[in-house]
Amino acid sequence: MATAEHPVDLAVIGAGPAGLAASITASEAGLSVLVLDMAERIGGQYWRHQQDETTERGDRSHRHGWSTFVGLRTSFDAHVRAGRIAHRASHTVWSVERAGALFRVHAIGGERDRLRYLAHARAVLVATGAHDRQLPFPGWTLPGVMAGGGAQSLLKGSGVAPGRRAVVAGTGPFLLPVADTLLMAGVNVVEVVEANAPLRMLGAPAAIPAGLVKLPEAAGYARRLREHRVRVSTAQAVVAASGQERLSAVTVARVDERWRVVAGTEREVRCDLLTVGFGFTPQVELALAAGCETGIGSDGSLVVSTDSAGRTSVPGVYAAGETTGVGGADLALLEGRLCGAAVIQDLRGGAATGRGGRAGVGERIERRARRRALEARRRSLLSFAAAVNGVFSIKPGWEEWLDPETLICRCEEVPYARIRTALDELGAGDARTVKLLARPGMGLCQGRICGAAVARLVASRRTAGEAGSGASVGFSLASGAAQEDLIALSRRPLGSPVPLSHLAAFDTRIPPAADPPGPGKAGDRPDPVKCGDPPDAGGAGDPPDPGEADAGPTLGECGV
Amino acid sequence: MQHYSRVGAAFDAIVIGAGVVGACCAHYLSAAGASVAVLDRGWVAGGTTGAGEGNILVSDKQPGAELELALLSNRLWRELGSQLGEAIELELKGGLVVAASASALEALQSLARAQRACGVETVPVAGPELAESEPHISARLCGGILYPEDMQVQPMLAAAHLLAAARRRGAELRTGCEVTEISRGSDGRVTGVRTSAGSFSAPVVVNAAGTWGGAVAALAGSALPILPRRGFIVVTEPLEPLIRHKVYTAEYVANVASSDEGLEVSTVVEGTRAGTVLIGATRERVGFDRSVSWEAIGRIVAGAITVFPFLAEARALRTYSGFRPYCPDHLPVIGPDPRVPGLIHACGHEGAGIGLAAASGLVVAQLATGRPTELPLHPFAVDRFDEMSVRG
Ligand SMILES: Cc1cc2nc3c(=O)[nH]c(=O)nc-3n(C[C@H](O)[C@H](O)[C@H](O)COP(=O)(O)OP(=O)(O)OC[C@H]3O[C@@H](n4cnc5c(N)ncnc54)[C@H](O)[C@@H]3O)c2cc1C
Ligand SMILES: Cc1cc2nc3c(=O)[nH]c(=O)nc-3n(C[C@H](O)[C@H](O)[C@H](O)COP(=O)(O)OP(=O)(O)OC[C@H]3O[C@@H](n4cnc5c(N)ncnc54)[C@H](O)[C@@H]3O)c2cc1C
Repeated sequence: MATAEHPVDLAVIGAGPAGLAASITASEAGLSVLVLDMAERIGGQYWRHQQDETTERGDRSHRHGWSTFVGLRTSFDAHVRAGRIAHRASHTVWSVERAGALFRVHAIGGERDRLRYLAHARAVLVATGAHDRQLPFPGWTLPGVMAGGGAQSLLKGSGVAPGRRAVVAGTGPFLLPVADTLLMAGVNVVEVVEANAPLRMLGAPAAIPAGLVKLPEAAGYARRLREHRVRVSTAQAVVAASGQERLSAVTVARVDERWRVVAGTEREVRCDLLTVGFGFTPQVELALAAGCETGIGSDGSLVVSTDSAGRTSVPGVYAAGETTGVGGADLALLEGRLCGAAVIQDLRGGAATGRGGRAGVGERIERRARRRALEARRRSLLSFAAAVNGVFSIKPGWEEWLDPETLICRCEEVPYARIRTALDELGAGDARTVKLLARPGMGLCQGRICGAAVARLVASRRTAGEAGSGASVGFSLASGAAQEDLIALSRRPLGSPVPLSHLAAFDTRIPPAADPPGPGKAGDRPDPVKCGDPPDAGGAGDPPDPGEADAGPTLGECGV
Repeated sequence: MQHYSRVGAAFDAIVIGAGVVGACCAHYLSAAGASVAVLDRGWVAGGTTGAGEGNILVSDKQPGAELELALLSNRLWRELGSQLGEAIELELKGGLVVAASASALEALQSLARAQRACGVETVPVAGPELAESEPHISARLCGGILYPEDMQVQPMLAAAHLLAAARRRGAELRTGCEVTEISRGSDGRVTGVRTSAGSFSAPVVVNAAGTWGGAVAALAGSALPILPRRGFIVVTEPLEPLIRHKVYTAEYVANVASSDEGLEVSTVVEGTRAGTVLIGATRERVGFDRSVSWEAIGRIVAGAITVFPFLAEARALRTYSGFRPYCPDHLPVIGPDPRVPGLIHACGHEGAGIGLAAASGLVVAQLATGRPTELPLHPFAVDRFDEMSVRG
């Protein structure tokens, strides 16, 4: 399966709620499905962690959606056993490209990424979810400061809490589950600091941010926060973190509706763990590489543009879940189901049929009605998500929290001042030239961490320039980042670092027949590259374990 | 020097293009006392300069006009390096050209002899001694030539800082400003340009539009046969500094000089200040196609691993591509356009535009201010293409 001769019908990248729902839907209709996920287990961002908590700390079935997940997992496992779904766990997809009528999905896996995997598919679903959106502030690179999702992973990975006294800060409804997870792990959460003021905006009387009330699980979180006497502050922000070798305290300040610090309101809070999250950034690089059109989502992030069933602008490439916008697990699930149905329809050229069989008229009518109901529910979840995202948006005043030496890009150690120099003095005006002249986003994470911030710095500078005031304040009306800048910071032809030996394997050269002209003339020596030729990676022909090959011999082994 | 800031202002010269070539032109023009406006439809260094590796080479040039230009440029870049300092990351690292076979080595040695006669410093390195220059190089290579004059610069920073220096002398930089027309008077002389952001007047207009130089020439009713020649670069994760020189294989010289449309690959490997290793270089004439070619990338990477086997274990972080401004005879177009008085071209430098930028900028400034040029420019003349087509 998954070779050029025997492609799978659908390759699903990401086994979170969206990917799981789509693959189950598609394989129920008889399509062959390949599911790839870089994680060891299915479940995605949220459920994967819950499973770990389940095994470690007893039953968590009171959590929202748990039974849904158990149901999905049961059907998924059944399809895997029946050979309808192939699951490649611990495989990271680093590129998706069109190859004739098919798509080639390139992945790496195994110890030190030594396994090279290439799958051919008739359709591809990008369901890679989102990662924490970060904003830099003084001290954010100190050990002890981490992203909300990162803290969860750490808890899971090592089983030990990353701190004892925690502050949870940023903005958005997901501060609460992070605080909750920490509480569950026995961490003393001293304060949740929300930069926006949802109460002020919505005039709601509740003791927790109003935008959260509608989240099914929010009530439970809120109750536990009260039980543990966790202080919940709104319209306040952690504007600095301090400590010698590691975090020992944070500065919390009141901020106005544009997140500018209200002078004189700063206070110190002692802690050895700070988690920060400013929403999420969809992982769109695989869709970008495949040529899909993008847009700006309701939270200001770059998202893959799709129709209501997950079809992107590139026929055969689909996107569902948080790659198309951040809206929670329920929405991701729903989109996955709709998308699975769309794939069935598109590949079968018309009516989706049951496993192997043809659909009767009655069945088709029923299916259409079901789809309409799903679409209606999707619209309502989307508008709810948009409302929530509106309340918890990033405001431009955060730029004033920065010191000249605050690192914006931690991989390349680029301070705020260098970005300002590129923008103000060196003639950079978009994210691409800022990258070229100051190097943010050029390091190991390829802009995943700093991208949202850099795009915003560029946008604010551009608006200040356009206003023509020569304004010296690092503040402007533009709160959002421009799409072209986000694209420049999200485009990653290599979706993750790839061993060079894997790239060398793309060299299919046969020794040239004729001598090259000029001084390079070297007809009598063996072509060195030919010796580096690794075994075929599942492109042509049928390798023994289809689609899989190891890194291939190095030059030393074949002897030039 | 007066600082002009009005649209419609008059300048001594207008430079179209804020790449490294335009930046060098502006630098030398303003240093000569001319008032200059640099116009770019994008931002600074956003064209091919933003995709260049930054090698300043004499090693890959055949004896002749281009080598003369490269030697001059090499000297000028050293001066610029001491003027602009650390900011442009100029490194006098030297180049090492290696050969994997006896015959390739022979060809390389005879090229080196000819280059030496032109004043290029060349140091033959026998196979077993390669490791003294590059401790991690493959033991299977036959030998090579060390070119101590070869250098490296960070081309985007170089362009930006040269422009900043010119601006300090009063030059004007307009980004987001696309030239849409080159205006001419009734006598046919250039009078200025019209742009998406208003008009600018000047008796001299410099075409430093790189790969788009042909389109800009056309705005003045002239013509240049400049085509894009795509190149990919692969960038590794930051590594320990294990590669000291710019190292490339002897085929590189042949490919630089080739006019094939098909994919040509030669291995070029070098470390950067940031710790990353840059691996190049492919040459393909595929128009402005930005889609990634894994075949092309596979070849340069395979080549790099044959030269530095330890790279097989390293990881690639990213790849990017750019479009070299290619002329059929691989020489840039530098000099006045006889058909359009006042129009001076400085474009079409193909894969050597960073290296040749300094000399190009200097002679353009000399031309524009009516001084004799440092070098004879006829090998780079615009009308050589007319002759070529006449000769068939
Ligand atoms: C801390 C936290 C708490 C949350 N709490 C709630 C909550 O209480 N309620 C709620 O509704 N939602 C919650 N969410 C959000 C919820 O997790 C998401 O809405 C949902 O997981 C989105 O589903 P998805 O399928 O789009 O993406 P994900 O669940 O993120 O799944 C994406 C999958 O793709 C895989 N992947 C990514 N890139 C690659 C690649 N290149 N190759 C291979 N695999 C790849 C990942 O490993 C992951 O498994 C929470 C999220 C977080 C981080
Ligand atoms: C992969 C790769 C590696 C390379 N490595 C090297 C190397 O190691 N050493 C070396 O010397 N060279 C190298 N080169 C070549 C080098 O990058 C180019 O020769 C050089 O950058 C050309 O510079 P330029 O200023 O002429 O053109 P560009 O940098 O392209 O600048 C031209 C500018 O003109 C602007 N422009 C075009 N039309 C208009 C208009 N109508 N109005 C306004 N503005 C306009 C464009 O926006 C652009 O910014 C490499 C090239 C590639 C692709």
